[in-house]
Amino acid sequence: MINQLGYYSLVFCVLFSLFIITKSTRAIISKNSKFDGIYYNLVFLQLFLVLFSFFCLVFNFIVSDFSNVTVYNNSHTSKPLFYKISGVWGNHEGSLLLWLLVLILFLFLFILNSKKSENGYKLLTIVFQEVIILGFLLFIIFTSNPFEYLFPTPTEGLGLNPILQDPALAIHPPILYLGYVGTSLVFSSSLAATVNKSINSDWAKHIKKWIFASWIFLTLGIMLGSIWAYYELGWGGFWFWDPVENVSLMPWLCLTALLHSVLVLEKRNSLKNWTVILSIATFALSMSGTFLVRSGILNSIHTFANDPSRGLFILIFLFILILLAIIIYFSFEIKNPNPSNNFFWLSKETAVLINNWFMMYFLSVVLIGTLYPIFLEVISNEKISVGAPFYHKLMVPFLIPFFIFMSIGPRLKWIKDKFTKINYYQILILILSLVISYLIVEYSGVKYLFSTILISTSIFLFYSSASDLVKKNIQFPQKISHFAFSLLIISILVNGIYSKEINSNMKVGDNLTFMNKKIEFKSINFEKQDNYNLLRGHFEITEEGKIPINFQPEIRIYDQPVISTSEADIKTNLLNDNFIVFSLLKEGEVFNVRYQQKPFMIWIWISLIMLAFGGSLALIKK
Amino acid sequence: MFGKKVKLRITFLSFAFVSLILIVFLILKSLEENVVYFKSPTEIKNLSELTNKKVRVGGMVKKNSLEVNAKEISFVITDFKNEIKVTYSGIVPNLFEEEKGVVAEGFIQDRKFFVAKKILAKHDENYMPPEVKKALENN
Repeated sequence: MINQLGYYSLVFCVLFSLFIITKSTRAIISKNSKFDGIYYNLVFLQLFLVLFSFFCLVFNFIVSDFSNVTVYNNSHTSKPLFYKISGVWGNHEGSLLLWLLVLILFLFLFILNSKKSENGYKLLTIVFQEVIILGFLLFIIFTSNPFEYLFPTPTEGLGLNPILQDPALAIHPPILYLGYVGTSLVFSSSLAATVNKSINSDWAKHIKKWIFASWIFLTLGIMLGSIWAYYELGWGGFWFWDPVENVSLMPWLCLTALLHSVLVLEKRNSLKNWTVILSIATFALSMSGTFLVRSGILNSIHTFANDPSRGLFILIFLFILILLAIIIYFSFEIKNPNPSNNFFWLSKETAVLINNWFMMYFLSVVLIGTLYPIFLEVISNEKISVGAPFYHKLMVPFLIPFFIFMSIGPRLKWIKDKFTKINYYQILILILSLVISYLIVEYSGVKYLFSTILISTSIFLFYSSASDLVKKNIQFPQKISHFAFSLLIISILVNGIYSKEINSNMKVGDNLTFMNKKIEFKSINFEKQDNYNLLRGHFEITEEGKIPINFQPEIRIYDQPVISTSEADIKTNLLNDNFIVFSLLKEGEVFNVRYQQKPFMIWIWISLIMLAFGGSLALIKK
Repeated sequence: MFGKKVKLRITFLSFAFVSLILIVFLILKSLEENVVYFKSPTEIKNLSELTNKKVRVGGMVKKNSLEVNAKEISFVITDFKNEIKVTYSGIVPNLFEEEKGVVAEGFIQDRKFFVAKKILAKHDENYMPPEVKKALENN
């Protein structure tokens, strides 16, 4: 019953979509661009229908209605309520329904928020956004219906993959989707403004909010995924250059470029075409992210289920959208852009442009590294993977000039700045950071001229952004975000250089010495929980002159499905994370134990939160 | 000969062009050096020449082949046609078990011996890496 209700409200929603598209197109063509409350009401009804359908699915998950295939495949009666609900978007069908919900929600918010905008532009935005909505609706109905009926009804479900039963991962998809889907509105709106020939400062001011909002959610979404990978996968790192991580990083890089270029558009009314191109590219990257993750083309730990027909549908849909965007872009392109496009070489505009070039470079490295294996497999049937060394080699050297430009850029004035007297104070700081980084490199064993330069530039950046904090002529949100970024860079570098780890196969009672520390495997005990059995290890780390620390990492053996996961025990303080994880090796007697010391881990998360916080300050500010 | 503006523009364009070429060259060069090829034990056996580059080996962990000591573990990867012995010291994923699919990344020592630097994690008890599936199907 609930199944049918959910399904038919989606089908009904298709009719609404078609109706809105026809109605607004006719209004645009007849130039009778009267914008009455009808669109508001229609979109509201559409939102209501999809929300209703979504709640039907949530309800099915809560009551464990196994006549629904999606529930049967991804839930289990013994699962805690929280994970029953998060299981709704822990699978393909449900997560697409969430995508759709957010798409419509954003369109609704857009209509609410753009009362002052011109009617023709609003109608066009609605048309483009509804085309995307229609595409997703059809995709859901034809290839991934979350309300598939199962008969006879099984008494028990298959359960949610235990690795997904985690608080961070429960909220990771919705947050990430808010970011991804937010770019769809930026896409629709910039196409609308192109057609309407209203790409100007006012439009920039208006769309900026949406860009910031998407960027904040994308940043937080990526962070949550990264935190999860850090403690749940037991590898002790926060970024693995896994293809699925890369597809979320690409729209982020593009969005970051857009975030900066839209400011130039707002303040100086230039970089018009470039801003539109970036908006299109950002959305295309978000869409292809979904495509790559969902189609199973990417060989990644995240690809749980593969279904080629789904991939093909998204691929065709994506292709049509991009084609549409390109046709619109070229037929309505601003032929004679403002002559002020030629920036003076020493100005804030140039600095933003340089930022954009770097972002585009990083983006192309990630893009090529992610797609190359797919192409090679198609062409030559060779199977390869591209790992961290590739990305590090190509990105790290370019970070040095990037940091230098980022230290200088925010201080430049719009239009035209001039060289003032040479600032001896700054040169002193530069020399100081060189000395500091030389010492860091000297004592860490990574003896490279290169790392010295890299660290000095990042310390210099840190100093500049910290001293910018007290400057009056720089916007407050920008100060916060730039400072947070430099903190992030420093934390990542320190973390990368000073991380230490040891692996060993241990039995209960074994000892291990590592860097003046004695790691003792004292005992294990069993515990029974609701939907898993738990094997708790007791480890003690003693260091001379310090209080011994106890660690209790767990191995959980879930009932349904039978999978074991390792829960790391992490002791965090401001300087270091101490991390112990262990896993079953053979016949439950020998365990594979890993101890890691990860400096500055907490600062990576703090700086990311601060980065997003800076963005939200910009959002609130009028 | 040219005006100041034109000159500036030509300089800029040639600069952009050169850096573009440089970037493409860098990326391709780096790709060539840093990609990791995937091989099955049979493919390793049939290699005309052993590489000293990093590769991935995939297949099934052979039954009763897992041995553990304090420093490292060793096991045999099989594609039911040929097999290769692997030693590894480091953390193993939870789903690493005998008679389950596995992908090991590391260096070929000789046609029967492999030193792994990383054992790849899989998240799903039914999941098999596409490479392993293909390697098993091909045999």
